[in-house]
Amino acid sequence: MTAGSAATKPQQTTYREAMREAMREALRADERVFLMGEDVGRYGGCFGVSLGLLEEFGPERIRDTPLSESAFVGAGIGAAVAGMRPIVEIMTVNFSLLALDQILNNAATLLHMSGGQLAVPLVIRMTTGAGRQVAAQHSHSLEGWYAHIPGIRVLAPATVADARTVLAAALADPDPVLIFEHGSLYNLSGDPDPGADPVDLGRAAIRRPGTDATIVTFGGCLPKALEAAEELARLDVSAEVIDLRSLRPLDDAAIMSSVARTHHAVVVDEAWRTGSLAAEISARITEQVFYELDAPVERVCSAEVPIPYARQLEEAALPQTADIVAAVQKAVS
Amino acid sequence: MTPVVLANDEGDRMTGRRAVEKSTTPNPASGSTKRAPQGRGTRRTTGLKDEPEFIQLLTPTGERIDHPDYPLELSPEEARSLYRDMVLVRRVDAEGTALQRQGELGLWASLLGQEAAQIGSGRAMRPDDFAFPTYREHGVAWCKGVPPVNLLGMFRGVNNGGWDPNENNFNLYTIVIGSQALHAVGYAMGVQRDGGDSAVIAYFGDGASSQGDVLESFVFGASYNAPVVFFCQNNQWAISEPTSRQFRVPLYQRAAGFGFPGVRVDGNDVLACLAVTRAALEHARSGQGPMLIEAFTYRMGAHTTSDDPTRYRSSDEVESWRAKDPIVRLKAYLDREALADETFYKTVDDEADELAAQIRSGCLALPDPDPLSMFEHSYAAPHAQVAEERAFLADYLAGFAEEEH
Ligand SMILES: Cc1ncc(C[n+]2csc(CCOP(=O)(O)OP(=O)(O)O)c2C)c(N)n1
Ligand SMILES: [Mg+2]
Repeated sequence: MTAGSAATKPQQTTYREAMREAMREALRADERVFLMGEDVGRYGGCFGVSLGLLEEFGPERIRDTPLSESAFVGAGIGAAVAGMRPIVEIMTVNFSLLALDQILNNAATLLHMSGGQLAVPLVIRMTTGAGRQVAAQHSHSLEGWYAHIPGIRVLAPATVADARTVLAAALADPDPVLIFEHGSLYNLSGDPDPGADPVDLGRAAIRRPGTDATIVTFGGCLPKALEAAEELARLDVSAEVIDLRSLRPLDDAAIMSSVARTHHAVVVDEAWRTGSLAAEISARITEQVFYELDAPVERVCSAEVPIPYARQLEEAALPQTADIVAAVQKAVS
Repeated sequence: MTPVVLANDEGDRMTGRRAVEKSTTPNPASGSTKRAPQGRGTRRTTGLKDEPEFIQLLTPTGERIDHPDYPLELSPEEARSLYRDMVLVRRVDAEGTALQRQGELGLWASLLGQEAAQIGSGRAMRPDDFAFPTYREHGVAWCKGVPPVNLLGMFRGVNNGGWDPNENNFNLYTIVIGSQALHAVGYAMGVQRDGGDSAVIAYFGDGASSQGDVLESFVFGASYNAPVVFFCQNNQWAISEPTSRQFRVPLYQRAAGFGFPGVRVDGNDVLACLAVTRAALEHARSGQGPMLIEAFTYRMGAHTTSDDPTRYRSSDEVESWRAKDPIVRLKAYLDREALADETFYKTVDDEADELAAQIRSGCLALPDPDPLSMFEHSYAAPHAQVAEERAFLADYLAGFAEEEH
């Protein structure tokens, strides 16, 4: 994050900067692209992602909106239908609930309800997840809910390179795309260039190969899963870590071929366990590769309570590295 | 907040980021012949250009003026106690900011500059009147008898809702912008059916006035003629967005379209806030329905401790408001009328010092919650799934404890 480290490692950038650079590139490349949301202008967005864009692109294209999530998502739908390519930023997933009608009843449904006439090429970016001590109305992980909805695409970039590339792919999609940025990732630093491994956002990525167990995860849990795999290696357990990237559609092939090799599956998801994406993945594994399994699928999820504010409580409520290690050990034991 | 995103950022600002970049209409619903307090009487009272029209009873230099619709009888003792309240809550607020800076609170949302709006409206309430706050109403909390340490406890994250809303007639802080306006209307509808003559106040901000929840609460309040006062503290900013982003006509004028009176009051004039809020509460409790008050004030500090306002507003603007400081103004009045002497001011200052020390030590002494307590309030009654998870976590934590031995 500091100038010093940037000087020694010129390709390093943060997740936040990668996302900003992606927006800058999109704004330069396509007149139809604009950004709107609360405090995205001079303030640079609640998490600083759009800092500097107002100065570069002006208030027509970097629009602070009146304080109404339903209104600016709805207006985004209208603009998309009219041929624009809006990027709408919602401060946190909890506040997206004020726009749920626009997202589900409208964005996700208009193409169908219009007999294919009204495509909605809208991109909605929002911060998700806990771990920052911001209490129960800013900390939830509801991307699994959104992944339940036909008609939208749901992406969860978890690396700097994915943050850098996700937006262009989302804007190129003719359908509404939701991008979930886990709040704990913004300061993550890494190489924004995917290099030899070009990003295909529809495909899951193997972030660490392994032979004994498959950890399936995404978003803010990826760093914890990788840490767990490291720890497991010291305990002589070789864990493969799969980063889903796309939550809808799910890349079944990647999950199943890994589980078919390792014969053990642990799904890590910061959402609540009941009715979660982890439940969906677990169901698919039992449907598709049940006979490859040597043990039941394990799930590591958040406690089923509103996410607490107090640090110790919040830590206890969320999936932690030690929990993942324990779940993998249980699976392979 | 770091929390409250308050949400706003929430969080991130404190960690990596900072380090890097650094009307008036008669109420048609009431059918009453009693005249509603009106905004009609608003007038230009300060003599400054660009100054909006609003109800004012005290000029920035402390000169007492009268308003035909909002008469106010105030004993010297009452005037002094308003001063005391404002000084004490400003001190509580400063302590909140300091504790956050020292890492003792996750977040703090400062009320600096809004003392008159909060103490004036808070003191206008009867004990049985119920207030629905946002996250910034520490002054109203004070008037409703909520111990400041309990407020700090919430921002420290050691208690969820550190006070009993029913004991204090002060609801818990609300973070999701605008929700509480609907709750206030529903509560007022309950009061109406109970047949009492209590009234309800919904606090919200200028930014919140754009939310559907707030506007829909106006519709409900009017439709049911509910005994509710909508009290907007227009502090000119919603995080980084100026009010011009939220409205093109003065906010109080919106009330007309919903069918109830709206007035704008000088939010830095505690006497005007007191008189106007009293009148609005009276309007509500006498069956005449809602009223909207726009208290025209200024957020002197950052949005929350996670925010850096220098990025989006000029220091000239802040300075121009400093000249209208609500406490300085009331003191000027007390001095002009010889209602207080040095001994009084010294006593209040000493009391503020004592209060600050007491809430600081009280805050630091608050016990950390037990991790298992997170399972306590997901449901009001025992719940099988919660019990199962709780037992699992208890076992799990016990396992770690054993390993340590
Ligand atoms: C539904 C919702 N959207 C966004 C936010 C983030 N947020 C917190 S405070 C705030 C600005 C509120 O401004 P205003 O209503 O003027 O109140 P003030 O903070 O000035 O007292 C915003 C956008 C939120 N808490 N809830
Ligand atoms: Mg405001």
